[in-house]
Amino acid sequence: MHSRYWKYAGLAGLAALFAAAPALAQTAVPAAPFTPTPDMVNKGDTAWMLTSSALVLLMSVPALALFYGGLVRAKNMLSVLMQVLAIVCITTLMWVGWGYSMAFTGGSEFVGGLSKAFLKGVDATTLAATFSNHVYLPEYAYVIFQMTFACITPALIVGGFAERVKFWPLMLFIVLWSTIVYYPIAHMVWYWAGPDFLPANPNDHGFLFGKGALDFAGGTVVHINSGIAGLMGCLVLGKRIGYKSELIAPHSLPMTYIGACLLWVGWFGFNAGSNLEANGITAVAFINTYVATAAAALAWALLEQIVHKKPSLLGAATGAVVGLVAITPASGFAAPMTSIILGAVASVVCFLFVTKVKNALGYDDSLDVFGVHCIGGIVGALGTAFVANPAWGGQGWIDYTVAPAKAGTFDLSAQIISQLWAIGITLVWSGGVSLVLFFVIDKVIGLRPTAEAEREGLDINEHGERAYNI
Amino acid sequence: MKLVIAIIKPHKLDEVREALGGIDVQGLTVSEARGYGRQKGHTEIYRGAEYETSLVPKIRLEVVVTADYADRVVETIENAAKTGSIGDGKIFVLDVERAVRIRTGEQNNDAL
Repeated sequence: MHSRYWKYAGLAGLAALFAAAPALAQTAVPAAPFTPTPDMVNKGDTAWMLTSSALVLLMSVPALALFYGGLVRAKNMLSVLMQVLAIVCITTLMWVGWGYSMAFTGGSEFVGGLSKAFLKGVDATTLAATFSNHVYLPEYAYVIFQMTFACITPALIVGGFAERVKFWPLMLFIVLWSTIVYYPIAHMVWYWAGPDFLPANPNDHGFLFGKGALDFAGGTVVHINSGIAGLMGCLVLGKRIGYKSELIAPHSLPMTYIGACLLWVGWFGFNAGSNLEANGITAVAFINTYVATAAAALAWALLEQIVHKKPSLLGAATGAVVGLVAITPASGFAAPMTSIILGAVASVVCFLFVTKVKNALGYDDSLDVFGVHCIGGIVGALGTAFVANPAWGGQGWIDYTVAPAKAGTFDLSAQIISQLWAIGITLVWSGGVSLVLFFVIDKVIGLRPTAEAEREGLDINEHGERAYNI
Repeated sequence: MKLVIAIIKPHKLDEVREALGGIDVQGLTVSEARGYGRQKGHTEIYRGAEYETSLVPKIRLEVVVTADYADRVVETIENAAKTGSIGDGKIFVLDVERAVRIRTGEQNNDAL
């Protein structure tokens, strides 16, 4: 998906077919309009993308749910699992309803149109662009792959206010947030006409793609986006009863461990799959994802050894997730050695944020969705500018405005500014809209359970069941 | 008859049980308990959030024996459960008024 090379870019694809062909016809381009043909689809690419899609789904329904579930108290275990499962189901149906069309068709620079709503016009023969000239995917494979991202991103948000939110009002938030925030941000970062169409339609891309922001697999779209939304929910809902005065310890760190490890495995689909093809850059993203995570997990454990005198499993698992988050935008641009540095740096920054800054500021981000995903995502997004630098072994960026696409001239300071655009727009749009949505939903129908229900637990009060009957 | 109640470290249970088996104690009851004494609690840290846990896990072991045997049982538990560090636990001895074996109706010393 994403913008492996892009400066002009983003990613995306496919939509190109629709948007670009008519536009091309109207301009005075001498050559006949390009039309992709079925022989431009590679079976290896298709197989890899379908496999990657399943891996990303693995990251949400089992992995994230268990990672989060283990961190809450036993009385709230099922509420977290149910929130993640329901969010994935709802956003799946929304994606094939209007999400895909809003994110990945042309329209404005800020949001796509409804021309493919309910997958109108998409069938087994339609194609989606990749990052290579004359290489295409079956459009369904692209719809599915992007769907898994649209599912996990809103599910990440629940970590900000776990253990103190009502189920249905949360689901209402998710429907509105996905529509107003996720689809437009995905469009701005990842939508573009594709390498065969952009040269003739240089303005057919999302706003941040055009700014040259590099986000290989979703550092801004997924992690900064969900992290800032989780923080807003945390602030609107307020602290959990007993925060800082009672023991609020994870009820099952083995569950959290299982979740974190499944996240690591699934993340190969997330990052390496984002290349949209099965080739050398896919392997680059894969190895970078692998080593950055290892470095980040170890860095966190070493910091704990220094600061707390003991390396904890929760710390190492948290570090692993931080590494995965930070390498996400950089995965296809970095080199293995710079990935290790990026993972370790992100771990240090997030460690300080989660263990020191959060306590100093006093907000109750239950599962550290802001400290891990937003802060880790920002470190990764900025770090991408550095590790993409060809002078340090990075992949640089590809200029798609010419056909065939060729490597662009890398300018570090300009790249940092591009990254800041993507970070800033995402923080402002997702943060602002989330704050308003949470505030209005809370005032109109109420987001927080009664104090009595919260004390007794959400499982029995919101869902009528208990996780453990021993 | 005497009731001997011992609060011991959980990881010492197997040694205590073996030692009691070695002096022919016929049965005992064990429950998981939490409590504190001079050991106070310990500190748990989750992502930098520190919790002072005042109640630490212990094993509560109960055994009823004939009065003349109580001292030996106490001594055996004491030896087996001792590590020498703080938190080893305590032993209490109480008088028992009556005992009944439910299956046969035997009373007192015969029921032990």
